[in-house]
Amino acid sequence: MRGMSTRLKIGWVVIVIVVFTYTLFPVASIFATSFKLPGELNLGTFLPVHWTWDNYTQILGPDGSARDLFVPSLRNSIGISLIATAIAVVLATLAAYAIARLDFRGKRLILTTALGVSIFPVISIVTPLFNLWRQIGLYDTWLGLIIPYLSLTLPISIWTLAAFFRQIPWELEQAAQVDGATTWQAFRKAIVPLAAPGVFTTALIAFFIAWNDFVYGISLTSTSRARPVPAALAFFTGASQFEEPTGAISAAAVIVTIPVVILVLLFQRQIVSGLTQGAVKG
Amino acid sequence: MTAQTAPVATDVAKKPKTKVVLSDRTKAERRLGWWLAGPAFVVMLAVTVYPILQAFFDSLYRYRLTAPDDKAFIGLNNYVVVLTDPVFWQALGVTLFITVVTVLVEVVLGFILALLMHRAVKSLRGTLRTVILVPYGIITVVSAFAWFYMFDITSGFVNSWFDWVPGISEDLNWFAHQGTSLAVIMASEIWKTTPFISLLLLAGLAQVPGELDEAAEVDGATWGQRLRRVTLPNMKAAIMVAVLFRALDAFRIFDNVFIMTNGANGTTVLSLLAYRTSIGRLEIGLGSAISVLLFLCVIGICFIAIKLFKVDLAGARGES
Repeated sequence: MRGMSTRLKIGWVVIVIVVFTYTLFPVASIFATSFKLPGELNLGTFLPVHWTWDNYTQILGPDGSARDLFVPSLRNSIGISLIATAIAVVLATLAAYAIARLDFRGKRLILTTALGVSIFPVISIVTPLFNLWRQIGLYDTWLGLIIPYLSLTLPISIWTLAAFFRQIPWELEQAAQVDGATTWQAFRKAIVPLAAPGVFTTALIAFFIAWNDFVYGISLTSTSRARPVPAALAFFTGASQFEEPTGAISAAAVIVTIPVVILVLLFQRQIVSGLTQGAVKG
Repeated sequence: MTAQTAPVATDVAKKPKTKVVLSDRTKAERRLGWWLAGPAFVVMLAVTVYPILQAFFDSLYRYRLTAPDDKAFIGLNNYVVVLTDPVFWQALGVTLFITVVTVLVEVVLGFILALLMHRAVKSLRGTLRTVILVPYGIITVVSAFAWFYMFDITSGFVNSWFDWVPGISEDLNWFAHQGTSLAVIMASEIWKTTPFISLLLLAGLAQVPGELDEAAEVDGATWGQRLRRVTLPNMKAAIMVAVLFRALDAFRIFDNVFIMTNGANGTTVLSLLAYRTSIGRLEIGLGSAISVLLFLCVIGICFIAIKLFKVDLAGARGES
């Protein structure tokens, strides 16, 4: 900031404060709510009058009233999102390599399909899946969510990875082939290490998308056997008519938000390049 | 872009063997291409094309899970029922309203944020980018609850903070009226998705040739003139892609509405209507018809964008 006029500096400070307020205020708000005493939720203040861990013991503590709702859903969310991400990234890595590198008919078709799938209205396929899953026993199971999650994670993974793979110095692969490696060996030995950062970023973005899902989660599950966190949060609401579960929901929201925010802070550069490369990069 | 994209050569190769004999290497490469990309392709089709076809098939039947034996083919009757129901048209109207308003606000807001990041000094740019990315990482449902509790009449603080604003008072129940409910729903939607748009626009800004802007500045153009004449025309493609993607996304809005009002007071959107019909009331036939109509709406928006506004999705996404 050296070399700026004082007025310019003040201007930027104001801008930074405004942007910080815009992006962090709702997060701070639910964070503050999660520490309020149940009896003091209605005081109309932003910060808690008395800070308390009550809401957290309610969802995590051994005798917590919402523990059976929250803890299994956290396990489901992590497991289902990780598996859906892993499958998508493996399939997309292979596909994106072929698209970026190999000459074969139909690569445009594959990319167009990925684009089409990514704009597909999720709710449109929920009805047939709901009906089919009930008939074949996939309703309310992990697999029953992992399969539709692929419609969310796979297209974006293909696009992002194809964009990443274009920037890899492919001479290395040719060099490996000159040295006698097959196409497959060249891929595995020369390219995979270089592609790993792109793959990791893609996995991160795909995981966010799976982690964020609500439509599938609420439509294709009915118990804590497979219900993911966003859907479980909605069920906190209906638990009791007289006592609002505001505090418990806020605490649960904070717990599922913290790891994601940490990931965002750690890998912001990679996430930004991943998000925009797949979209605008020429 | 590599020089590997050679559809002409493959077309030639398709014709009788007399002309081009594919080398074993080419054949192997082509086979490998489909071996590698095939599984992803098949999975994508299996998880979308099959269900939407099934939805279309189901939509032609009178089909309730509460009375499965009653299932009968009724042609397009479900569509007639849906399209003559004012509830559908109201949901469509609300959905379109939310889509138009949120996308407009997001583009303006996103562009401002993108400009800020673009002009900030390097040290500041990283900080701004990080903090702007935070809403992107927040689960939509969490965002919905955060905004809901801020405005909620019992647990909220907005009323007591802003009671000096005309129209806002201690006993304003934001979620009891259509206008105020939609305002909070859209605020949450805008807050959560503007970062994505601003990042797309930032990438677009980076592609505007700097010399053009400098030349205009030398010629005495004001900041506003440069923005209108140089920057915006040069990033039209990026803006159009961002708008189309966000519009399609906003049109599918579900989470925010479900959490905040569950469709009360005239806030039902199309996705929620489809959900309630098929998952809530188990009317698979009717729900499928709404699903198919929603799907057609999305296709329609895409078609209008691509044909009328000439949005080159593939080109802008780096494919040509």
